[in-house]
Amino acid sequence: MLIDHPLLGPRDASEFIYMGDAKLLNRPNWKSQNSKTKFLDYGYLRKNPAGVHKELWYHEQGDRSWLLVTRNTVTHEILKVELARDTKGK
Amino acid sequence: MRNSSHPITNKQKLSFTFNGKKYFGYKGDTLASALIANNVKIVGRSFKYHRPRGIFSAGSEEPNALIELGDGPYKEPNTRATNIELFDGLEGSSQNFLGSVNFDFMAINDLLKNFIGAGFYYKTFMWPRRFWEKLYEPIIRRAAGLGKLSLQADPSQYDKGYLHCDFLIIGSGISGLMSALLLAETGGEVLIVEEDFVLGGRLNSERLVINGNQSSNWIRQAVKKLKSLKNVRILNRTTVFAAFDHGIFAAIEKKTDHILEKSSKPRQINWKIYTKLCILASGAIERSIAFPQNDRPGIMLAGSVRTYANRFGAYYGQKIAIYTNNDDGWRTADDLKNMGLEIKAVIDTRKGIEALSSSIPYYLGQTITKTYGRKGIKAIKLSSGSKLNVDCLAVSGGWSSNIHLTCHKRGKPVWDNNFKNFLSGGNGQKDKIIPVGAARGIFEIQNIISDTNRVILSLIKKLSLSMPNRITLTSSREQYSCSLDLVSSSDPSNSFIDLQNDVTQKDIELSFKEGFKSVEHLKRYSTLGMATDQGKTSNILGLASMAKLKGTNISEVGTTIFRPPYVPVAISAFAGRSRGKDFRPTRLTPSHNVASKRNAVFVETGNWLRAQWFPEKGEKFWRQSVDREVIQTRNSVGICDVTTLGKIDIQGEDCSEFLNFVYTNAFAKLPINRVRYGLMLREDGVAYDDGTTARLGENHFIMTTTTANAPLVLRNLEFVRQCLLPNLDVHLISTTDSWAQYSVAGPNSRRLLQKIVDKPKDITNENFPFMACRELTICGGIMARLFRISFSGELAYEIAVPTQYGNALFDALLSEGQEFNAVPYGTEALGVMRIEKGHVAGNEINGQTTAQNLGLSRMISKKADSIGNILSEREGFNRSDIATLSGFKPVQRNQKLEAGSHLISAGKKPTMENDEGWLSSVAFSPTLGHYIALGFIKRGEKRIGEKVCAVNLLQNKTTEVEIVSPHFIDPEGDKQRG
Repeated sequence: MLIDHPLLGPRDASEFIYMGDAKLLNRPNWKSQNSKTKFLDYGYLRKNPAGVHKELWYHEQGDRSWLLVTRNTVTHEILKVELARDTKGK
Repeated sequence: MRNSSHPITNKQKLSFTFNGKKYFGYKGDTLASALIANNVKIVGRSFKYHRPRGIFSAGSEEPNALIELGDGPYKEPNTRATNIELFDGLEGSSQNFLGSVNFDFMAINDLLKNFIGAGFYYKTFMWPRRFWEKLYEPIIRRAAGLGKLSLQADPSQYDKGYLHCDFLIIGSGISGLMSALLLAETGGEVLIVEEDFVLGGRLNSERLVINGNQSSNWIRQAVKKLKSLKNVRILNRTTVFAAFDHGIFAAIEKKTDHILEKSSKPRQINWKIYTKLCILASGAIERSIAFPQNDRPGIMLAGSVRTYANRFGAYYGQKIAIYTNNDDGWRTADDLKNMGLEIKAVIDTRKGIEALSSSIPYYLGQTITKTYGRKGIKAIKLSSGSKLNVDCLAVSGGWSSNIHLTCHKRGKPVWDNNFKNFLSGGNGQKDKIIPVGAARGIFEIQNIISDTNRVILSLIKKLSLSMPNRITLTSSREQYSCSLDLVSSSDPSNSFIDLQNDVTQKDIELSFKEGFKSVEHLKRYSTLGMATDQGKTSNILGLASMAKLKGTNISEVGTTIFRPPYVPVAISAFAGRSRGKDFRPTRLTPSHNVASKRNAVFVETGNWLRAQWFPEKGEKFWRQSVDREVIQTRNSVGICDVTTLGKIDIQGEDCSEFLNFVYTNAFAKLPINRVRYGLMLREDGVAYDDGTTARLGENHFIMTTTTANAPLVLRNLEFVRQCLLPNLDVHLISTTDSWAQYSVAGPNSRRLLQKIVDKPKDITNENFPFMACRELTICGGIMARLFRISFSGELAYEIAVPTQYGNALFDALLSEGQEFNAVPYGTEALGVMRIEKGHVAGNEINGQTTAQNLGLSRMISKKADSIGNILSEREGFNRSDIATLSGFKPVQRNQKLEAGSHLISAGKKPTMENDEGWLSSVAFSPTLGHYIALGFIKRGEKRIGEKVCAVNLLQNKTTEVEIVSPHFIDPEGDKQRG
């Protein structure tokens, strides 16, 4: 697999660590109501669709960027690669 | 026998041994062609029934001629004689027999054939269940084994390599070479990969004419042209065995397998190829026909008989019959007749066709109903009743496009009823694998030429690359049409569909009757299409048979898809050079040289080699060294390399807010030049790492992590920095390798360091108290960082210098320390001292314990959010009866303790229900003179003084222990502050 790194161009998947569902980007507010339930959901529940999936990849053997990758889990087609930190500001 | 006028006989003569007997062949032979030329009829025994088998094909589709190649540790099982390039001194042997290959004791299975059909193992070896592992499986494995391993490590070197190109062309037959010539003109990087040791593919096996000359002339010209181009690279002896996502392919190159002398060169190279597009010119594979007794030695694929005759001048027999359901079989007859061999007959299953040759006897619309000759075919009987004496039977069931690689990413083949052939689904456009030539279902050479031009030129046009001229070639004309007469209707139990797995027509019928009708079920139940050849010559037969039984056609039945690898690949080729000690890199500490000179015993911790202890003269047992190191440190001073602890340099305006978030405890108010202990949780509230963090400036911190978790902590910090708090101004870099760091511990540690630092006054107790840190210079101006922290509980420091000074500093500390009797100590003494002091380490923070278990719950600040903060409030983590960190001593002081022992209240049985905790770290304390332990026990802090039992059920040992404070020495901390 090749991941088209937004800064470095196409890099082999073996340089990356896979972290799965990108929902980890949306950490609950610790002061919110039912925060314990929300953190349990955040910590333990992951989407695992057959189809388009947003997921996190970490370029550990590279520039240490956390990437938000949109990938079709059936065809392995990679539709979009973004720096995770860029998507957070939006 | 060999045609003595064939050009191969002018080449170098080679000697080789097969099954212990010596033979001769020529350079350019395969092992298979040399065996045929030497009249070796039986080369193996079949998998299940141990029937004698001969060479069947001329390529990697070979089901029968599986060979153990080489000797001793070099031996490689399951190689195919048809793929092995002959060399002087080659040693090969048959596999899967007991006794000799000509008289195999396991052939008794053949007589039991009626009892061991499809599903036999599933049905028979079910009960009693406990027999499976001990009795059934070992016997079946021995009986069914395909080849044996030498069980010795292969001393050959294997390499991995990486190649990048614009166009990968798999196969160098006419369509592959044409594609290469056209694509090379676009200026793109072209890589041609050919499995054979010669280029040219099928042209080498035929007597075809191109541009008025033998086709070998054209091959020579084309290859010469390609080799002259800078943007073309050719790899022969290389098989592409897998296709992966995004244009990545795996190929295995046999680099020195064809050379006897083992050299420093790698035996094989496992290539990973990155390409923008792949042109699949992998040709086609001939299939067999299932008819009674169709597995005798001497019954071969017709195209292969032609290959052996044309390319190698090797004849299996001289009285040959051809059994075919298509036009191509007739061409074998023509070629062999032209060489002067006797063609007994062409038997074509098709009625009402025109005979394709006038000078050969033929039978149309007939089938073979019986064959004779157990160890080599002697005669055949036709449906008309006539019997023909033959010594070779060439069989052609038609040709299947070699689309193996197009299936690796689940491309579904589609049936082409015109040529009775599965094609790559959608021509592989989506996968960027573009078949050409026979792989695309084009079988006649004149059409291959025009179609390859068309496919490649339209591809180049689509890519908007510079347009080359089409390649104009005149060639012989071929004619091909095919029927689906693949399966006989008589004697199903002797009509073999899959030769490698001994799957007969009867097995297909049995699968059908028992309900295993889908192709996937059929494959698993009957083993059709499994093992080393993956059913390359047999799958279509099985499918045709199932279609017949279901009363439908092959396109309705469908097909299983091929999986990687295309050919078997040795595990060593995947390992490459990452074997043994080289499996992972070895990291050496900066003091490694000095430690080696002092005879240190090293231990692997992750990738690091750390000094475990330093034996001195007269010390015979590790404990003697460790006890001495502890006592000397506690009495005076000891030095230990702690470089392996992770160091992360953290800078930026928002560092303290960042640290507050990743540690449970607050760091914002930590003064400059001070150190604080920090605890990290996972988001689920469980503890995962601890360490000290020093503040060197307003916006500059140095974090230390445990050795094992260094990469993980950095990964998580980067996650927080980029994904959770991206608006903070924080920068991280690992400096683990940049700084050598030593622990200097013991009552004389300050006096020793004062000899080394440039301004000794700076580190008096007043100027540099416990938990202080600062940057300073040592040894006349060398930059250093000093931290007053203590893992041992002694007055202690850690001193860091740039790595290049590390070895010298370790040396300097020991030589300057001579007046104090300074001692180097290893990880064992380090461990003993931290247990004596009651400091937790990996045994306690093991990914299952919480801050509450560790007695550190007050470190979780509720003033600010932090990772794991909320979930650490979980009810289960905060019950009053959770196990908490405690110390333990044996009641009988001379008794030994065992880590991992479980703690049971006195008088209770050692059961899960009564389990109250466990011992996590155990050491002999030379300071106290008896064993001590850290561990966890329910409500431990309230049970000081209570006696419980430490039970070790593995050793059946129970030891009475007393619960004590985890701080065995200096609980008030006077020493470290002194």
